[in-house]
Amino acid sequence: MASVRLENLRKEFGSVVAVKELTLHFPDGKFAAILGPSGCGKTTTMNMIAGLETPTRGSIYFDDRRMNDVPPGKRDVGFVFQNYAIFTHMTVAENIGFGLKIRGVDEATIRREVGKIAELLELTDMLHVNAGRLSVNDMQKVALGRSMIVKPRIFLLDEPFSNLDAAFRAYMRGELKRIQREIGQTMIYVTHDQVEAMSMADHIAVMDFGVLQQFGTPDEIYNQPVNLFVANFIGSPNMNFIPCYFRSEDGRGYLVQKHGSARILLDDRRRQLLERHPGNQDLIWGARPEHLTLHAEPSRPEYLQATVRFLEPLGSKTVVHLELGDQDTIKVIAHPSYREKAGTTQWIEINPKYLHVFDAKTGFVVR
Amino acid sequence: MANIRLENVTKCFGRVTALQSVNLEIHHGEFFCVLGPPGAGKTTLLRLIVGLEKPDEGNIYIDDERVNEVHPRDRDIAMIFQNLALYPDKRVFDNIAFPLRERGMPAEEIKARVAQVARMLHIEHLLERKPGKLSGGERQRVAIARALVRTPRAYLMDEPLANLDALLRLEMRIELKRLQEQLEETLVYVTSDQVEAMSMADRIAVLYKGVVQQCDTPDNVYNLPANRRVATIVGSPPMNFLTCQVQRTDGQLHLVHSGFGFQVIGSDHPLWDCLCRALPAVQEVLVGVRPEDIRLYPEQPTDIIAFPARVAVSEPLGAETIVDVQLGRDIIKVITPPTQYFDEKQPVWVAFDMAKVHVMDAQTGARIYTTGAPEQLQCILPGTCA
Repeated sequence: MASVRLENLRKEFGSVVAVKELTLHFPDGKFAAILGPSGCGKTTTMNMIAGLETPTRGSIYFDDRRMNDVPPGKRDVGFVFQNYAIFTHMTVAENIGFGLKIRGVDEATIRREVGKIAELLELTDMLHVNAGRLSVNDMQKVALGRSMIVKPRIFLLDEPFSNLDAAFRAYMRGELKRIQREIGQTMIYVTHDQVEAMSMADHIAVMDFGVLQQFGTPDEIYNQPVNLFVANFIGSPNMNFIPCYFRSEDGRGYLVQKHGSARILLDDRRRQLLERHPGNQDLIWGARPEHLTLHAEPSRPEYLQATVRFLEPLGSKTVVHLELGDQDTIKVIAHPSYREKAGTTQWIEINPKYLHVFDAKTGFVVR
Repeated sequence: MANIRLENVTKCFGRVTALQSVNLEIHHGEFFCVLGPPGAGKTTLLRLIVGLEKPDEGNIYIDDERVNEVHPRDRDIAMIFQNLALYPDKRVFDNIAFPLRERGMPAEEIKARVAQVARMLHIEHLLERKPGKLSGGERQRVAIARALVRTPRAYLMDEPLANLDALLRLEMRIELKRLQEQLEETLVYVTSDQVEAMSMADRIAVLYKGVVQQCDTPDNVYNLPANRRVATIVGSPPMNFLTCQVQRTDGQLHLVHSGFGFQVIGSDHPLWDCLCRALPAVQEVLVGVRPEDIRLYPEQPTDIIAFPARVAVSEPLGAETIVDVQLGRDIIKVITPPTQYFDEKQPVWVAFDMAKVHVMDAQTGARIYTTGAPEQLQCILPGTCA
């Protein structure tokens, strides 16, 4: 096992900067995810770690050893891709044991190790099946097993589940996390799916346009996003964003909606913070749909008035879309039995603990 | 507007049966989703309706007219694909106007119609640009506009949002639903994304291996799934299934799992009727419970019966946390609030929402019973019955 450290890593393809001065530290034995939309530089980063791409500038370290000049075959890195590369003419056992066989490991050891991996992946019953006859789901498990058995120092996974069906993806998320914990392998997992990153990783690096946006635990990324991009990218349905400005009245501070009359009373800490903030006339407040509550009556003065537009019933919950003022829409998660009609007036309660305020110009959170 | 009806439609490609005896009736003005995993036969179904494939057996009707032999052009159905197929060298305006020009509509009328759909889809400002200069979402809107511009009898969409990123998908979902409500046209929408189907459809047909498993409202498909397959396809994470032994002893009926058990009280109970009279040979059933209908307690609760279990791993999603719990010999997934923390290997107590427990035939997967009220099944702790 090893930790992975990237220092001012940069990669250019002609005039395109794919990765820009990336500095990151993935701890030993942990599960890290690199998350971002397509074209954000996540796969290029991974390819540089593996040695498949040469950085334009910057350094890659495994533990304390600089790896830039080490060829890919000597880096001791395991790979699993979206397109599982398995030998369809071999059995499951032969596929999993392949990496040990070419290293000249003796038969008895191979059999023992294959057995262990098969048990971990729940493939024991299929060891003698021809791999070509497996389902897509099981093929990906075999691909995982084949990489795991050689116990690489670093295990890299590039969207390994994106070809699998939804139910199996949900199952494999739990499985992979459990396996990682059990074997304590350093894993770096590249994905555009925030659910995968959130659910499995110890640490997430969020990237956009080749630039690291935020590095933190799933909890930090979700609850303390540093900018609008991260706030918007993580969470489904995504965070609500309402353009607003700061106003001070009789010693109280408010966020006033730009396209409507919704006002949020700020606590003292936030009031002082925003009073001093130079861009305080051009702000955006953000709140996640599950941190808002709908009420039929304005039982408290701070509730915001809104009008139901339509509902999205999802079975386990209902997403209610409302109009807030003239131009803004706002989403609220409600109970699956919520059935108010379009046009109904509702009162929104905001939990101030989960209110985010961003500078609209820079996109950064104000704190 | 059109009614579309499929009657016993079977379609094979060589030895592969893509669709088997499909019966569906899609109503005027309905938002109808066909939901299923890749390879279920969804696209074949659309191609049959639009006329790109002919059924081997059965009939297809559009407004009570049998169309098996009708050429696709004369069926007057617009289809939108996942791959948009816009003309890259034509302006957006010309792309949208194309189907109208083909039909020889006067230029003035074309202009008015294009303007109208462009407004509807919020792309008025893009009309002069070429598709290559647009974002994925904008291109998708142009493709939809091109289909909307002529008023066909129905629209068919084949995973139109599959290539978009997650946020855009969310936005387009809302847009499509709004649009269909405005248009009041028949829309058949194929998807493998259960969230799309649940959130947009008036009714959903769940397709698996060429067979319609259930065709019903989103509410019923979710809460009263016809079988195990439907309960797995709809809902994320899918419903948990726990194999239970059926024990019929001394006028008592028990469903026993390695981690929990249920007792069926009274011979007038519908499950008694089913398992003791109708299906006396059934030895195993699946108990199905959705991840949000299970609660975890760090301590044994005193007011309800809960089953001892152990946390395997937890998956925080931000808005909620999925906890994988080892219950007896199975691992179940439980949705918990993000404020509740569980450590790996921590002992917990599991309680089901007893008003939402499903029982399925272990062999066929068919749902045979769903509780509607908590008292309909009695919980028993494992090891407390024979």
